[in-house]
Amino acid sequence: MSIASNRLFTRQDIIGFAVLAAVVFIVLPLTLDSFRLNLFGKYLTYAFVAVGLVLCWGAGGILSLGQGVFFGLGGYCMAMFLKLEASTPENTAIQSTPGIPDFMDWNQLTALPWWWEPFNTLTFALLAVVAVPVMFAFIIGVAMFRRRVGGVYFAIITQAFAAILTILIIGQQGFTGGVNGITDLRTLQGWDIRTDAAKETLYYVNGVLLFSCLLIAQFVRKSKLGRLLIAMRDQEDRVRFSGYDVASFKIFIFCLGAAFAGIGGAMFTLQVGFMSPTLVGIVPSIEMVIFCAVGGRLSIIGAVYGALLVNWAKTSLSESFPELWLFGLGGLFIAVVMLFPNGLAGLYADHVAPRIDRLLSRKSADVGPADDTARAAAE
Amino acid sequence: MLDHNPNFVLSVEGLTVSFDGFKAVDDLSFYVEPNECRVIIGPNGAGKTTVLDLICGRTRATSGSVNFKGNELLTMREDQIVHAGVGRKFQTPSVYEDLTVFENLELSYPHGYSVFGALTFRRNDTVKLRIQEIAETIFLDTLLEEKAAYLSHGQKQWLEIGMLLIQDPELLMLDEPVAGMSVAERRKTAELLNKIITDRSVIVIEHDMGFVADIATRVTVLHQGKTLSEGSMERVQSDPKVIEVYLGH
Repeated sequence: MSIASNRLFTRQDIIGFAVLAAVVFIVLPLTLDSFRLNLFGKYLTYAFVAVGLVLCWGAGGILSLGQGVFFGLGGYCMAMFLKLEASTPENTAIQSTPGIPDFMDWNQLTALPWWWEPFNTLTFALLAVVAVPVMFAFIIGVAMFRRRVGGVYFAIITQAFAAILTILIIGQQGFTGGVNGITDLRTLQGWDIRTDAAKETLYYVNGVLLFSCLLIAQFVRKSKLGRLLIAMRDQEDRVRFSGYDVASFKIFIFCLGAAFAGIGGAMFTLQVGFMSPTLVGIVPSIEMVIFCAVGGRLSIIGAVYGALLVNWAKTSLSESFPELWLFGLGGLFIAVVMLFPNGLAGLYADHVAPRIDRLLSRKSADVGPADDTARAAAE
Repeated sequence: MLDHNPNFVLSVEGLTVSFDGFKAVDDLSFYVEPNECRVIIGPNGAGKTTVLDLICGRTRATSGSVNFKGNELLTMREDQIVHAGVGRKFQTPSVYEDLTVFENLELSYPHGYSVFGALTFRRNDTVKLRIQEIAETIFLDTLLEEKAAYLSHGQKQWLEIGMLLIQDPELLMLDEPVAGMSVAERRKTAELLNKIITDRSVIVIEHDMGFVADIATRVTVLHQGKTLSEGSMERVQSDPKVIEVYLGH
């Protein structure tokens, strides 16, 4: 990175964003049938979490093994709204208490709990998708980072939160739908989300939201805050004794990661049509870290590919060899850690990017002065 | 305890810290005047680094008082102590290895300390000029784009000194700034320190007596957490107690 220019996008960044945009918005929709496209839309919702993890873990060194919590909270907020819309008195006429979600009725609840009420409004639900995970992350962040809890201890505590939330959701069946989750979601403001056309629209909405998150992540990384995160990862004390309140930066980035995860969770609910505790707990939380590690924990673009590839492999492998998949995933994680610690993005940066750079410089050298010289002259 | 005396930048009084009953620093008092360069020497385990840790807030004192220009530092958070005007260099060079020399200095530039401030911080000409100026002082102006990881040990020490200089602290604390340096680097560092200590107070921990003689206004000899002797270099060097526990080795 040069001193004079601290541009938001380097040439490599532009290539990365453009190729990913082409994959998400052109290649996948053109080559996949609507069932598979919906499947890839689901994979992309995990990419939100992986991008957040690149900021927290890759840049900031804060490894959270509980991102499923925020994914789940976002997803549940969306699911609560959709469930209430699906539970009109007409649809639920056969229940002993019509007008409340079916699982509440099965659990002998006779009225909607007060904290479900606000989820009747879409605006509130959409705000909650971001606000609830962020508030939760803020509380965890203040409690942990102000006390200087970090590293492995922090990872274990986030893991505990994932376990606690899963147990809470399963245990409070009448309020949360229990182990089945919140299912049978139908419409969003009257728009049927189960049709192929709706799923295709949601896929694109998901893509646009993902790119918005990627742009925010890119902005943060290129700001001084991004460099501070790297500095904190390597020399936390030096940052602290340079006059920064280290905890507030950790809390910020942890909350941002939670916000991304919450949006991903909400898009999962919309595209897949349910939300359940199996997406909240320890196993999915660790899987999300693996997506990030495989893609490259230092690259936001790499994290998206990581989420896509690992999930695609998971689906194809578990279709043919269901019992082998977990071993495959474990092996993949070990291979990443031992052989290519910076993931796919690291392989790309080491082997592919230099070739592209050389190719492009040669081309521009043919046309006129080399790109970089021209830029330097302009500045 | 006395009120803040304006003749002193830093007043340390009755400073004590005890780790599980072991008093690493025991009822220590000393005073640093404006523009003074105080060197703390003493055998290993005398509590030299602990004193700096206590002043900058890295270790919490058991009792006592550290008064800096009227502020009681012992109750302040580390970053607030920095904002009050105290800079601290660590014993092992603590630089951000993954960032360039320029970026290392930029992160120390005293602006944009909050989350929002850091997000909106812009690299304007004032910042660039200031970084250039500091880089020249610390002999690294040709290496601004180099990653700090590729610097030599001595250059990393200079970079960390530069990171403190850019904050222009009124009190600069350096923990063994020439440790592990070559003779040529030592000479350059002495020259650098003599240049930067002219308009601020400095506390230096150092073992190299030749270097101490070069820079010290006054010397404090610590032994088992207490002051063994204090005064000019000549006085301390001729003190029989000092010769016995430290210099005689």
